[in-house]
Amino acid sequence: MTAAVLEVENLRMEFRAPRNAGGRRVQAVRDVSLEVQEGEILGLVGETGSGKTTVGKCVVRLLRPTAGSIRFMGEDITAMPSSQLRPLRSRIQMVFQDPYSSLDPRMTVSQIVAEPLRAHGTHSRREAAGLVRRTVERVGLSQQVLDRYPNELSGGQRQRVGLARALVLEPRLLIADEPVSALDVSVRAGILNLLVDLQRTMGFSCLFITHDLSVAEFLCDRVAVMYLGEIVEVGTRDEVFGAARHPYTRSLLGAAPLADPVEQRSRQRAILPGEPPSAIDPPPGCSLNPRCPLADRRCTEEAPGPTQVSEGGHVVRCHRVQEQLDLEVARS
Amino acid sequence: MAELLSVQDLQVRLFDRLGVVVAVRDVSLSVEEGEVVALVGESGCGKSVTALALLRLLPPDAQISGRVTFQGRDLLQLPLKELRAIRGRDIAMVFQEPMTSLNPSFTIGNQIGEVLRLHKGLRGQQARERASELLSLVRIGSPEQRLRAYPHQLSGGMRQRAMIAMALACDPKLLILDEPTTALDVTTQAQILDIVRDLRQRLGMSILLITHDLGVVADLADRVAVMYAGSKVEDAEVHRLFAAPRHPYTAGLLRALPRRGRRAGDAQERLLEIPGLVPVLRDLPDACAFAPRCPRSQDDCSNQHPGLAPCEADHRVACLHPEPIVAGAHP
Repeated sequence: MTAAVLEVENLRMEFRAPRNAGGRRVQAVRDVSLEVQEGEILGLVGETGSGKTTVGKCVVRLLRPTAGSIRFMGEDITAMPSSQLRPLRSRIQMVFQDPYSSLDPRMTVSQIVAEPLRAHGTHSRREAAGLVRRTVERVGLSQQVLDRYPNELSGGQRQRVGLARALVLEPRLLIADEPVSALDVSVRAGILNLLVDLQRTMGFSCLFITHDLSVAEFLCDRVAVMYLGEIVEVGTRDEVFGAARHPYTRSLLGAAPLADPVEQRSRQRAILPGEPPSAIDPPPGCSLNPRCPLADRRCTEEAPGPTQVSEGGHVVRCHRVQEQLDLEVARS
Repeated sequence: MAELLSVQDLQVRLFDRLGVVVAVRDVSLSVEEGEVVALVGESGCGKSVTALALLRLLPPDAQISGRVTFQGRDLLQLPLKELRAIRGRDIAMVFQEPMTSLNPSFTIGNQIGEVLRLHKGLRGQQARERASELLSLVRIGSPEQRLRAYPHQLSGGMRQRAMIAMALACDPKLLILDEPTTALDVTTQAQILDIVRDLRQRLGMSILLITHDLGVVADLADRVAVMYAGSKVEDAEVHRLFAAPRHPYTAGLLRALPRRGRRAGDAQERLLEIPGLVPVLRDLPDACAFAPRCPRSQDDCSNQHPGLAPCEADHRVACLHPEPIVAGAHP
């Protein structure tokens, strides 16, 4: 058993809506538990508002969770004071979605990439300069960009700068929040290939947040699917993409159009009706029940607990799947 | 099938601080009755500008040349008054961002009502009934209630449906959809695509679909035109384009796409990268714009501009050294 780099347990994050919006509590994340193992890429997949970005922000402590615990390399960082957190911060880094707004337009590329080194004050100026050059090269940029400003770079180049900034401290854990969503297909391919290569050579673990299923399938070792602040299914890439059990995962997989007209036009379409309910009033019972084709009375009353589908850690939260599994066990 | 819309040698020049940008270069297109034609390409390739130019919705200083024939009339030459009667009635358009294309200070009912009043002369009860019928057509539940809602009270998916309902108000012959699902989540996207597919079957209208998403193209289109740096580089029946693309750019896009079943761990699977950057549309040389990034380019690519020429039945490509023909490819 490999060690977990990140363990999130029963994470809960509530926001208070502004007073003019009723001042009620928005339950962005409700009871999320997950683990990222050493050297693994875990995909956190979900639609807008499912809470996936909030989980990422809690992990890097940009947000202080309402409840639950976050352990990094065995140490509880949930409520750790900043002074103690500081050395750990260098080991957890984040890459953001928008390469346009996440880089300071008044800094040159070398200043941007050097900033984490400066903030942690662990390197001499000369060491830092060398490290910056090596990292910039590592992410596939030429040395010529070092003195340029972000506005002189393309979207793909900027995202490489964002990656260099995150990786210059050689973190153990990278939180990547939709890093390729703003990029065009031809540019995206380069960043995805680069991420695969960097992960293999540097060996960091990664929590990869995305709404794009094909990107998750390409990149991730394991995948967790979120809906309305909860993880409804988690498993290896093969389990989630090849043998999904949760009705939400299945409909997500069925909804994403395939870039092949023969396959796309011959597939069964099971379209999930309606829209995700508000995170202010999540429905009682299973959060999918108002939209779920399989929902029965129990689903509207009782929240489903985790059901183990396979020994490897394929877990689903669904009453109906649990019933099916019980039936399968009884038959055999 | 009869031709509904024909675009010939459309050229669009836009002006900004730095001078002139040739956003669309000699694009020709045709949409037949009942046909769905997709215009595909990455950001900045000129696909949206093409659509806006058809209806003369570009800034007044934009220079547009060429011919856009719709039902026998050239839309580019038509007096503005006559064009206005066509916009919204015979040709309707749905934009990417439903929040910015709806007016936040009027109810949905007001906004659909406006179209009905302008083009159909419907008022009062009649207009309300028709508006509610339109909302039902795009599967909005309790339509009477929704007519009284303001855009901010609806979700993104609902707003996009309301936009489609408004576009359908006058039974247009041609519906232009500009990235209709790009701002939406996949499950909402699937609902919208299903509605569009169903409307097309029931109402038999033609659709010009502008998108960067090859999945959406594979789902809806009959024919596909691929654009790069303002020019159309390939044009084919949809199955043919996906199975046997001839332009190296189209082929590259398809190989760059992470797809279901493609996994980084398997057999060193890598996505194809298209090296380099999209050229600046300011000073394009008289050459193939893709040549600097093209794996198949040869010397002649950088000194002549390849025109679009037929390569097989119902398949045209603008390339001097196209991809080899795939034997046995579908269809």
